Amino acid sequence: MDVLTLSRLQFAVTSMFHFIFVPLTLGLSVLVALMETRYVMSGDELYKRMAKFWGKLFLINFALGIVTGITLEFQFGMNWAEYSRYVGDIFGAPLAIEATVAFFLESVFIGVWAFGWNKVSRRVHLLSIWIVAMATNLSGLWILLANGWMQHPVGYVLRNGRAEMVDFMALLTNPFGLLKFGHQIVSGYTVAGFFVMGVSAWHLLRARNRVFFKTSFGMAAAFALGASIMVAVIGDFHAADVAKTQPAKFAAMEAVWESCTNAPLHLIAYPDEKNQCNLVTGLPIPGLLSFLAFHDSSATIKGLNSFPKEDRPPVLPVFLSFRLMVGLGSYFILVAAAALFLSRSGMLEKYPLFLRLLVYSIPLPYIANQLGWIVSEVGRQPWIVYGIMRTSDAVSKSISVSQVVGSLVGFTLLYGLLGFVDIYLLAKFARKGPEEITLAAAGANSK
Amino acid sequence: MDLHIVWFVLWGVLWGVYFMLDGFVLGAGMLHRVLGETDEDRRVIINSFGPVWDGNEVWLVTAGGATLAAFPTAYALMFSYLYTPLLLLLFGLIVRGVSFEFRGKEDGALWRGCWDWAIVGSSLVPALLFGVAFGNIFAGLPMDQAGYHGSLIYLLNPYGIVCGVLFVLLFLQHGALYLVVKTTGELSRSAEGAARVIWILLLLVAVGFLVSSYFSTKLYDNYLAAPIVALVPLLAVAALLSIRVFLAKGAHLAAFAASCATILGVVFTGVIGLFPNLIPSSLDPAFSLSIYNSSSSAYTLRIMTVVAFIFVPIVIGYKIWVYRIFRGRVSGASLAGDHEAY
Repeated sequence: MDVLTLSRLQFAVTSMFHFIFVPLTLGLSVLVALMETRYVMSGDELYKRMAKFWGKLFLINFALGIVTGITLEFQFGMNWAEYSRYVGDIFGAPLAIEATVAFFLESVFIGVWAFGWNKVSRRVHLLSIWIVAMATNLSGLWILLANGWMQHPVGYVLRNGRAEMVDFMALLTNPFGLLKFGHQIVSGYTVAGFFVMGVSAWHLLRARNRVFFKTSFGMAAAFALGASIMVAVIGDFHAADVAKTQPAKFAAMEAVWESCTNAPLHLIAYPDEKNQCNLVTGLPIPGLLSFLAFHDSSATIKGLNSFPKEDRPPVLPVFLSFRLMVGLGSYFILVAAAALFLSRSGMLEKYPLFLRLLVYSIPLPYIANQLGWIVSEVGRQPWIVYGIMRTSDAVSKSISVSQVVGSLVGFTLLYGLLGFVDIYLLAKFARKGPEEITLAAAGANSK
Repeated sequence: MDLHIVWFVLWGVLWGVYFMLDGFVLGAGMLHRVLGETDEDRRVIINSFGPVWDGNEVWLVTAGGATLAAFPTAYALMFSYLYTPLLLLLFGLIVRGVSFEFRGKEDGALWRGCWDWAIVGSSLVPALLFGVAFGNIFAGLPMDQAGYHGSLIYLLNPYGIVCGVLFVLLFLQHGALYLVVKTTGELSRSAEGAARVIWILLLLVAVGFLVSSYFSTKLYDNYLAAPIVALVPLLAVAALLSIRVFLAKGAHLAAFAASCATILGVVFTGVIGLFPNLIPSSLDPAFSLSIYNSSSSAYTLRIMTVVAFIFVPIVIGYKIWVYRIFRGRVSGASLAGDHEAY
């Protein structure tokens, strides 16, 4: 393998690993903030215990998300020096601003929140978790504006042998970045909603701390339903924007080979990249694809064959990831709606099978998040910046195969070990009841 | 105002503040197993910086992001040329961060011992590598039109090692003084004893650094051209000497403040000597990366200046507020009732 392939593999490994932890952070910060708000408003200790219990899990998850984020920033220079040199003038700004306006807030106030229960007033403590939640989401906004620029570059000119920023406002209002941000944030909320429902369901199946976990479940179910509906709504706008800005990616997402007007959506399809057609297609819904993409059932969809071969993304992974993501997204809405209904009507514990389903559903929103990023990033290929820079031109010239093999192996082993430990600890503390966590910590303290 | 110069100063400030703030966490981490004799001591050490270490590390992320935004060419070449040391640095910072979080989550001696040593190693490695990297930047990297001609072994040249050891000792001193101020009883006293020993070693290596910089770098050229800026290294030396005076008087907080000034002084001494280069070429000055030939466009620098001048003061403001909240010493007794601590 060459430096390019290895560097791409390394970026995939490190960013996908990072993204195991980020979505939960995005959503759980808000959920914990909501719990603590109820505590401060009502004075009910139940909500304080909820904020502490779910907050503990939040912190275990947060630790690995934070430390693995730095890797991504460094890699732009280490492995993608030509990229950084060519687009740093415009791409660097959102990254630097993210650190200055969001990451600082998040990292400083997480300390106040985690260590400040007895040091600051209730209101300041509540404010600190809201600052963390807001800053985490704001951080996502800047990162996705940066990524949005790679997907749909705006506000630049090619000058002095590089892309130079000429319109900062265009970068800030790039619809691609904003839609992706909206889609991603609520995807993170969905992860958190299903996480809290799943863990609560596990305890309810064992009839432990029933009030505590039924209340947690109820909050999470409402949160998950609202979020999963928004995922679909914003996702629909996002996909329509992709159809306009990245027609090759859109064609790959839907496995459309030949351009056509009044394009149908095939419920069944399987692309054959070699022969540039679909192996099977079936159950067409006439005009639906044109309608979804352009809100006009007679609109033209550009097929993959109308792009030169070297400008097409890999079709199969993009197509399959997109299909699976959409399927999972629909599943989340149905399950969250059922969960909210059962929780509101007090019948939750009468359906142990449904509770078990929720326990097993914990990983699914995580998978959907990863699939979404595969659609987004693999679908952007062969471009690193859509239409202006190819990934193959972006890799560092001064690094060797042995260096990247070494770093890839190192990252894989280190991340594997730390991820294993982190998930072990998450599972351990999730299984403990809220009282046990406090008692265990007290025991450790007295030693 | 020449924004290139503004960003050069900001670049130096970001690195200086990062080393000043993470320096005591790295130092205390290296001393974790030496000074922390019991499990309680070790918990006290970790919790002494527990609420603030994460916010301190963000200065590094910001320094990196600011380098990319303001000097993209320097960012691209520095990070790709220093690939392997940066990789080891990353591994160190990753392991350190999770070790703080993981250590207290199980009770077993083996579990805690593993994370204890992980903390020591993952504090030592970044401290050393930062020094080696900056030493080599001070001396210049072997680069020309064909690219980079160095390697990890090349970076471990005598001058690079002097700077690596200098950084390790600076941070050890800093961490020891932090623990003197932030802990109580025997732990605080043994940290003070360590600080006294480290100070002697640091003084020796600092002299070695100043002398070898004369032979291995062009840092002094700027000082000869504009002697007024020599105040900075003089203040750094004065700060270093005053640490010992404050320690003798028992003025521990002043000693820690002097250590902060020493670290800022050392970083600025180097940065002023580099001007107007960010990374000089040791082969041919024509290939040095300067603030002019590696910077962003004037427009980007303007935007970034506005952002920095609004938000960096805000960050400093709330960071001071948070340090005030968590002022005071940490002890076994203060941790006993705290279920949220590490």
